[in-house]
Amino acid sequence: MAEVFEEISPADFFYRNRDIAGFTNPARAVYSSVRELVENALDASEILRIPPDIYVRLSYQGEVKSGVGALRLRVEDNGSGIPDPHIPSAFGQVLFGTKYKLRQARGTFGLGGTMAIMYGQITTHEPAFVVSSTGTKRVYEYRLMIDIERNRPIIMHRKIHVNKERWRGTVVEFSLEGDYFKAMPKVLQYLKQTAMVNPYANVTFVDPKGRLYKFNRATTEMPAPPKEISPHPFGVDVETIQRLIRVTNCRNMADFMQTHFHRVGESTAHRFLEKAGVNEEKDPGRLAPQDVVKLVQEMKNFDGFLPPDASCLSPLGEDLLRAGILKELKPDFIAVSQRRPSTYSGHPFIVEVAIAYGGDIPKGDDVVLYRFANRIPLLYDEASDVSWRIIRSINWRGYKVTPGMPIAILVHVCSTKIPYKTVGKEFIADRPEVSREVLNGLREVGRRLRRFLSKREHVERQRRRLDVFSKYLPKIARFSTDLVGRKEPPDISKLLRSLEGFEENEG
Amino acid sequence: MKVKSSASERKKEVSKNLSNLGARLYDQMEKGAFPWIEMPSRSIQNIFYSPELRQYILGDKTVRRTARNIRHIRPFTQLVWTAYFAHQLAQQRKTSTLRDVYYSAQAYEVPFTDQYESDNIITDLETVVSLSREDFNIFPEERSAVFGDLTIEYTAPGFEGKRLNLASHPDGVMIGPALTYSEFVETKADKVIVIEKGAMFTRFVEEGVYNKFNSILIYTAGQAPRATRYFIQRLNRELNLPVYIFTDGDPWGMHIAMVLISGSANAAHLRELTTPDAVWSGVWATDIVDYKLPTDPLTDVDVKRLHELQRDPRYKDELWQREIKTFLKIKKKAEQEAFSRYGLTYIVDEYLPAKLEVKQ
Repeated sequence: MAEVFEEISPADFFYRNRDIAGFTNPARAVYSSVRELVENALDASEILRIPPDIYVRLSYQGEVKSGVGALRLRVEDNGSGIPDPHIPSAFGQVLFGTKYKLRQARGTFGLGGTMAIMYGQITTHEPAFVVSSTGTKRVYEYRLMIDIERNRPIIMHRKIHVNKERWRGTVVEFSLEGDYFKAMPKVLQYLKQTAMVNPYANVTFVDPKGRLYKFNRATTEMPAPPKEISPHPFGVDVETIQRLIRVTNCRNMADFMQTHFHRVGESTAHRFLEKAGVNEEKDPGRLAPQDVVKLVQEMKNFDGFLPPDASCLSPLGEDLLRAGILKELKPDFIAVSQRRPSTYSGHPFIVEVAIAYGGDIPKGDDVVLYRFANRIPLLYDEASDVSWRIIRSINWRGYKVTPGMPIAILVHVCSTKIPYKTVGKEFIADRPEVSREVLNGLREVGRRLRRFLSKREHVERQRRRLDVFSKYLPKIARFSTDLVGRKEPPDISKLLRSLEGFEENEG
Repeated sequence: MKVKSSASERKKEVSKNLSNLGARLYDQMEKGAFPWIEMPSRSIQNIFYSPELRQYILGDKTVRRTARNIRHIRPFTQLVWTAYFAHQLAQQRKTSTLRDVYYSAQAYEVPFTDQYESDNIITDLETVVSLSREDFNIFPEERSAVFGDLTIEYTAPGFEGKRLNLASHPDGVMIGPALTYSEFVETKADKVIVIEKGAMFTRFVEEGVYNKFNSILIYTAGQAPRATRYFIQRLNRELNLPVYIFTDGDPWGMHIAMVLISGSANAAHLRELTTPDAVWSGVWATDIVDYKLPTDPLTDVDVKRLHELQRDPRYKDELWQREIKTFLKIKKKAEQEAFSRYGLTYIVDEYLPAKLEVKQ
């Protein structure tokens, strides 16, 4: 029996393995579609540093009002828009995009939006509708389908409108089969948490029952956009070096090191090449394959490289984080901390943590944990996440936290490469460098929470003290008066006044 | 012959002591100070056995309770309320029970968590004013009884001057508040016999023990209430009657007798509850052997209790030590009813005369 060998396109690959991208079942598909399109919309505004205005609408198609049925999803943004020539590929071709760079971005597969549209197509067989403009005189409108076997967009319809108002942004609308009723908790959690870490965004959501959810921005400040960087020597592999050699204009190794690697200057290059036993004058184009392998190994072992800097990262910053949490949770107390940049395996990362008490935070046996990676809320597999393990390992009683307190903890990891544990990208692995930062961050905000709780406890105790004295002293006065057979009770107002601000150190 | 009684004098003292306490607290507050009270400590470290008084007494250690301390203020208020309540009882010449005190507090919004707490506060008040709660007319629920040729005259409101002979009722007369503070008018009896068990008390009345042995019979109903202890003490002291105590032949029976004789650690702050010259007449461990009584084996708890009693300073005399050793040796105990194996009247006809003869 002869085996049949065939090649499949990237689109076909993801079609066959759609659970990798989060399209496992009709409920999850609704959540993933909303999430992918909202993230694209946020990225599109952040490129221009314009506070995003995002409108999301989900509606039933036909009669289905519950369970699995056809839904229509529409997402509008005021972002950069997509230049006309790229519109079909951006939505009709998998692995096409602007995110294959060494800088922090929400997605990295360049897959999400197209994946959602592809899922819609295979479940409803309807074309997607896209409108976009970069703010020029024209607005472009498309109806698209995806040729899955060939990974190519099929343009069903294209129309150009005059853009009198100079509107800028993108509108995507398509149909998909899904179960909104089951997806609803995750969709709402996702939007709320997105609002929390994007306090400069307006997000409006209309659900299939016509209910309106509005998350208003609390600020128009936006974090500095990340810069693109060269790879750090710790993080490269043989393939990366081979590609660099193919494109480089450098004629010797010293230049090559300084040009293509992050934080490698003249003296670092000199010391490294000397230690690695590579001639500084050697033409990189003449490196034999075994030399490249050796070079990569030397790079990993050399301890003279400077750590990557964090300019390629775009953490939220303490002020924005605080604003986001205040806006969504209205806590009585909040402490935020941004850790100093650190690295694991040559990838820079920054951890931001926050702890909040009271307000809209529910009281429960456990703290509420909000996890974010590059500003994306992580909603699944909480128990497997490094943050959860660390929260568990901390003795919270030491921070005066007792079960039943309304406490929320937020952990945001941003990196050029988030150490996800699985392809599902739902939880962060237990890298020692990362967990140490999370732990120290939580300890720091924990200490501030303890100060708050102590103070509060003190005030509360003081109030209770006064209550107790004002309850009992008049009774003592009254009974004593009766015992001695007098009419007027003694004046105890002075005694009560002396208790104000009385400290807790009597014998 | 009317015997001079201590009862009416004590009533006056009660009112005075309580109102002095009120005056003290009033002055403290009037001077702008948080009211405070000092009283002897009732902690275990401050309870000593006094060989002279032949009872437990409190040592010199005192404790100071102040309304300035948040942990003290609630019990402090309860204490002052209890003094107020006792004062009301005294003035209106009413009596109350421990249970009643616990409930009455609720009307004044100084509620006690449970009766244990209110009992404890009452004991505090006893310590503070050096009087017993019976003096405040606060009694426990359980009552014991007395039968015999003793004429008393009531002092209780509405009964003043009324007389009663305590042999006039075959079930005995309850030793309640009115009887405790009545005046002793006349008696022909020359001794007091104290009995632990109700069945035995009834048997003694039926068999005419009060006549045959010319005695006043008292039924304690187990561990004697303090009113009964006070009553027995008065019979001994005011009428000079010797007191003989009959209990079950086990460590618990022994201790009922001992508390009548030498008092309890719980009442170390009080006097006049003990009758040091009273005699424990049985059932002894040696009686179990001599009379070949039907027995039960000692339990582990009994044995443990015996070892405790062996070390207790009140038990240092030879008789007690001998009986404890005998119990531990024979590992058996017997109830008063055990004598019934020899017929219903044996205990009265044979045992009792023999035991009353014994030289202590």
